Amino acid sequence: MSSAFPSRPGALVLALALVWGLGCERETRRFREVPPTATPGSALRLSSINPGPAVPDSTIRSTYAENAYAVSEGKRLFTQFNCVGCHAQGGGAIGPPLMDDEWIYGAQLENIFATIVQGRPNGMPAFGTRLATSQVWQLAAYVRSMSGLLRKDVAPGRADAMQAKAQEQATTEQRPEESTTPPQAERP
Amino acid sequence: MARVPHVAVAALFVAIACSSSDAGRSRSASVGATASLPEADTSSPVRDSAGRFDAGQWVMSAGDYANTRFSSLNEITTENIRGLKVAWTFSTGVLRGQEAAPIVVGSTMYLVTPFPNILHALDLANPGATRWSFKPGPLNAAQGVACCDVVNRGAAYADGRVFFNTLDNHTIAVDAGNGKEIWRTKLGDIHRGETMTMAPLVVKGKVLVGNSGGEFGVRGWMTALDAATGRIVWRAYSTGPDAEVLLGDRFKPFYPADRERDLGVQSWPGDAWKVGGGNVWGFVSYDPDLDLIYYGTANPGPWNPEVRPGDNKWTSSVFARDPDDGQGLWAYQWSPHDLYDHDGINENVLLDLEWKGAPRKLLLHAERNGYVYVLDRATGEVLSAEPFHHITAYRGVDLRTGRVQVVPEKEPKSGVVVRMICPAAPGAKDWQPMSWSPRTRLLYIPHQNLCMDFEAAEANYIAGTPYVGANVKYYAGPGGHRGELSAWDPLAAREVWTIKERFPVWSGTLATGGDVVFYGTMDGYFKAVHARTGAELWRFKTGSGIIGQPITYRGPDGKQYVAILAGVGGWSGAIVAAGLDPRDSTAGTGFANAMRDLPQYTTKGGTLYVFGLP
Repeated sequence: MSSAFPSRPGALVLALALVWGLGCERETRRFREVPPTATPGSALRLSSINPGPAVPDSTIRSTYAENAYAVSEGKRLFTQFNCVGCHAQGGGAIGPPLMDDEWIYGAQLENIFATIVQGRPNGMPAFGTRLATSQVWQLAAYVRSMSGLLRKDVAPGRADAMQAKAQEQATTEQRPEESTTPPQAERP
Repeated sequence: MARVPHVAVAALFVAIACSSSDAGRSRSASVGATASLPEADTSSPVRDSAGRFDAGQWVMSAGDYANTRFSSLNEITTENIRGLKVAWTFSTGVLRGQEAAPIVVGSTMYLVTPFPNILHALDLANPGATRWSFKPGPLNAAQGVACCDVVNRGAAYADGRVFFNTLDNHTIAVDAGNGKEIWRTKLGDIHRGETMTMAPLVVKGKVLVGNSGGEFGVRGWMTALDAATGRIVWRAYSTGPDAEVLLGDRFKPFYPADRERDLGVQSWPGDAWKVGGGNVWGFVSYDPDLDLIYYGTANPGPWNPEVRPGDNKWTSSVFARDPDDGQGLWAYQWSPHDLYDHDGINENVLLDLEWKGAPRKLLLHAERNGYVYVLDRATGEVLSAEPFHHITAYRGVDLRTGRVQVVPEKEPKSGVVVRMICPAAPGAKDWQPMSWSPRTRLLYIPHQNLCMDFEAAEANYIAGTPYVGANVKYYAGPGGHRGELSAWDPLAAREVWTIKERFPVWSGTLATGGDVVFYGTMDGYFKAVHARTGAELWRFKTGSGIIGQPITYRGPDGKQYVAILAGVGGWSGAIVAAGLDPRDSTAGTGFANAMRDLPQYTTKGGTLYVFGLP
């Protein structure tokens, strides 16, 4: 054992370099979450046009979307609050798929936050006060990870349940489609 | 003999229907005609002197009370069917799964669309013209608690009125003449995950309806409404104490184990029966001689069986009840402690046949668990239960106890993926109704060929959200085809012929006096086959996959027509109708995995096709 150590200095350097290199890619671990702002506020928009001069997009930089622990909590809540019953593991069932590039009510984190809290007219329940604000942000971050919109090192890498699809970490980014038609347009 | 007066009533009915059509689309004229309907003796739909419903009409989804879906009309035969052509079409305006049967009364066809449940009245004398359309305006949010697409399985007619259910739990009576609402009764609550999708049956002046929601922990019930006023006459729950299941002194189930009190509570842990499912979303049958209605109850909730030890009565069962007061006469549980979402709601076909040398009143049922059951419908005794599908999850039905024998290795467990369970959750056959021809003495069973992987998982009850607790995915069973149409001899308990289809045969079947059997496929073909041989005689490519119920009627011109709604959807077709993503093999509660190539064969639709000979 002891003789093997000095005889393989190259391997040791390589291993250290690997550890150092990978570690550098991980997000900073926080042991206490910063309370988020309560609502998405003026950042929330569902239309790409606005009256008057163009207004620059302002998106919330949520710490939750950059934190692997928060996203994995979102994944747990996704099952616990029965989101999985309607959206399956992203492929959809009663509700629409979440792993594709179609976003009826917006792909931004604050859009997803609002969708969960307010509900949507064609059947999405308004979870409102059933969830703590921090949980909604965690869920919203996880929902974005389902279509590969989060950093790979933040997205969940494994599931405890039956393997049904590529893990979020291995999901190719699905660029949000701008021209999704809301389902009620089908109504006569 | 007692039915002779019905002939007169029938004649009167037809005359009135025709006169209202002659009055064109003038609403006031129609009102006058409808108002002149005789008060008495019209609660049972039009029948001929033999007690059969007038073959020229189709006044309820199944065609008759016995649910045979057989029409004696024989103008279209195995010889001349090659000339069958489209007579006219009608766009429903809704692009979701079209599971409804159109109904035909006099010279009017009525059809109800998927959500938003528009009731269209079409003038058969002026094909394609809409007499009126009634929009009930169901709540948008109801779409979020409909487990398997926002379907509706059809309307029913009686006494100058059309009855149908809305997804948001209203039963509505509409004046058949002018399309005005007569009454509407709210029966359930979408905030508990409750919906209504089934086709009502009208028996003795009562509208029989049931609820859906087995994937939301909704407690199942059947309710009888007064056809005249919409008042609730009785409600029988499928779970809970006998007083609420309406089981009293007259309740005499055949098997001794079923005779204990309050089994709807005792066979559940704690209060689990309150969120235990057993919904009533299939077709209802009626036997006028025994004066009994028959219907099945759906799966227990949640799917994860570990959290509900016990038989979970009376889910996945069949009830025989008195239509007047709802009291149960007998019940039988197809799948005690159901393990696989094997609902018991499939239709019950009532036949009087000679069984082992003696005439017997039979009930025939092709169950999700893969067996064709023959029951004595007077007593609830199982006479025969033979497999019509590849089965790995059960070892047969013990005829001494009536219990289906489960295979322990295939029982779901939390955190374990149990593979190759056959039949899959949609069963060997789902809701899609079979037909019976008294000419060939065969059942025509539309079904699927699917197996599944099943992992039991955590299930949290949150009212108004899914209560399932299972990760599942389905795939084709042995042979690789996913659907079949099988002709089944119930007396010999054997398959006579079968036709393999690429996709599940999710449409109903129709048998006619011309020995032709009609059905549709999910890749959009409407097909006619020879009732005796299964040889394909004719096919027509419609605009979308077919999951509807074919019907036939005699038009105002005296010719025979066949009608079918095309428009893919339902649980099996949700991958197209709801745009599911099959990269997740659990999408659509596991069904999208088995249907991943369907989008290459069909797009959404919603069109009625009517065919006739030139």
